[in-house]
Amino acid sequence: MSKLVAKNLYKVFGSHPKRGVKLVREGKTKKEILKETGMTVGVNDVSFEVEEGEIFVIMGLSGSGKSTVIRCLNRLIEPTAGDIIIDGKNLTKMTKQELIKVRRTSMSMVFQNFALLPNRTIVSNTEYGLEIQNVPPKVRREKALEALKLVGLEGYEESYPDQLSGGMKQRVGLARALANDPEILLMDEAFSALDPLIRTEMQDELIELQQKMKKTIIFITHDLDEALKLGDQIMLMKDGEVIQIGKPEDILSNPADEYVERFVQGVNRSDLLTAADIMVKPWTTIGIHKGPRFAFAECKKYGLEHLLVTGEGRTLTGTVSIDAIKEAIEAGESTLENILKTDEVNRVAPDTKIKDIIELTLQSSVPVAVVNEDEKLLGVIIKGSILRALMTGRGDEDA
Amino acid sequence: MPRIPIGEAFETLVDFLRVEWKVFFSALRSIIESVVELVEFCLGFPPYWVFAIIIAFIAYKRVGKGIAIFSVIGIFVIEAMGMWDATVSTLSLIVAATAIALLLGLPTGILAAKFKPVSSVLRPILDLMQTMPAFVYLIPSVLFFRIGEVPAVISTIIFSMPPVIRLTELGIRQVPEELTEAGEAYGSLWHQMLFKIQLPLAMPTIMAGINQCIMLSLSMVVIASMIGAGGLGTIVLTGVSTLKVGMSFEGGLAVVVIAIILDRLTQGRAPKK
Repeated sequence: MSKLVAKNLYKVFGSHPKRGVKLVREGKTKKEILKETGMTVGVNDVSFEVEEGEIFVIMGLSGSGKSTVIRCLNRLIEPTAGDIIIDGKNLTKMTKQELIKVRRTSMSMVFQNFALLPNRTIVSNTEYGLEIQNVPPKVRREKALEALKLVGLEGYEESYPDQLSGGMKQRVGLARALANDPEILLMDEAFSALDPLIRTEMQDELIELQQKMKKTIIFITHDLDEALKLGDQIMLMKDGEVIQIGKPEDILSNPADEYVERFVQGVNRSDLLTAADIMVKPWTTIGIHKGPRFAFAECKKYGLEHLLVTGEGRTLTGTVSIDAIKEAIEAGESTLENILKTDEVNRVAPDTKIKDIIELTLQSSVPVAVVNEDEKLLGVIIKGSILRALMTGRGDEDA
Repeated sequence: MPRIPIGEAFETLVDFLRVEWKVFFSALRSIIESVVELVEFCLGFPPYWVFAIIIAFIAYKRVGKGIAIFSVIGIFVIEAMGMWDATVSTLSLIVAATAIALLLGLPTGILAAKFKPVSSVLRPILDLMQTMPAFVYLIPSVLFFRIGEVPAVISTIIFSMPPVIRLTELGIRQVPEELTEAGEAYGSLWHQMLFKIQLPLAMPTIMAGINQCIMLSLSMVVIASMIGAGGLGTIVLTGVSTLKVGMSFEGGLAVVVIAIILDRLTQGRAPKK
């Protein structure tokens, strides 16, 4: 079961929201409704499912309705129609008291401009969520200190927010959210106000925290790079509608429409594609027990100077060069064992990023081998496949 | 254009209230009277030099050394002019009026910030309270409360309460939306939102309102003395009407001294550590 499900969410701002929803359902466009009734359709039939422990990124430009959607999830903005189901419980049908309980215990929010109380110290800000639940002072102080430690803010407990840098303030925002120990974190453009270096750092730390704490995170951003980096799933929004939902690779390789494609064009692919995406079938290999004459024929056939040699169960054992093969034939060897070089080949894991592989392929003429933890050869990467991947974003279509 | 008898209608209303609401007004009168008496007792109890030390101590803690020294010198000068008793009775009037104005004004301001309709209804009423010349409601308040300190306090409250309401409302409305949103997102109840987020953040603005309230009360001192409030106002008024220029100057000077002290005390929020 999904942790959080949003079903056919609508939000219409204006005098008669319900009528607005009816009009949208009848097929009127956002523009027509604005012109005829003066009402704004903020969210238009948005549905998605978030699995437990994943980072679900909602991405879109300003005015795309992403902030409205995240506020619908904890009903800071009341959705006009639709359901929000958390752990099987329908949030939209809850009473005020039940809703407050959910906000206090299962969902915490992190804000774009930090939203720290300037008159409170860092630790007192961190405690806020627990304080309003009347958690005893000693207990809440303990939990707040723990959360601050988690985000690396030890020693700043008694400072005031205006004494901290932007990045540190957002750590406090994060600590405040974590102190409540919620299952779901709502992060509204949480890193957008930070400068690029700090931002990257915070992204890395969030991923690390996420792996440690296994929270379900809904993350809003207008930055595709950020979305691709953080997201297990990405939902692209435009004009209050969902354009595409998918894994980062899906979005990159199969943009749903021109709008998404335009977005995707700006992405630095070498950051995103991995060895597994661009490797080709290892046809330049030869078994260790094959004779040198056969190896020589293979080299001739494909015009190669090196062959990858595999042993039992297709594990990679090393390489042989064409010169060594010639010598072996002259010496009358019957296998490749004696001329096998084990240290010349570069081995990479399937999830290695392309940018790290480029350098390896430049260093030697031996193809880079993609192997799993058991040294089993999964594929090889040749210079051509890297170039093709960088140019089109698709490496494995002809593999 | 026929004449619309607004003035007559007002007179009728005043007459009606005087007769029919007599019990209400005399009850109100005795309440305010006892408040003023209580304040006057408290302020008049310590001798002037003890008072000076207390004020200097508070001023030093809250604002700084300069105003602490000024307070001591100022109070000694007032005593030296023989006006300490008059100053105490003026102070009592101001403190009582301000206390009542805050008691009514702060909750009203909070309500106005929370509910738009309250704010809309209040605005013209506040305009009226602030701009209607004080003499206009001076006489009716004498009719309702008889001559003395009570109508003076009432008139002072009418004139000085609007900034408390306005600035409380403004202060709360100015709290950044993200902060109230954060409060809500973490599940604050309405009173937690008010006391833990809105009021603390609105405090500087509210303090400005309180400060304005006190300053406006002080500016009513002389007018209030026309309907029987004693103190410095009476001294100034007597000086002016008997052409004793020096006497009215001394009274005026005393008013200025306590105005400066009260202003600085309520203006500077104690800096955070």
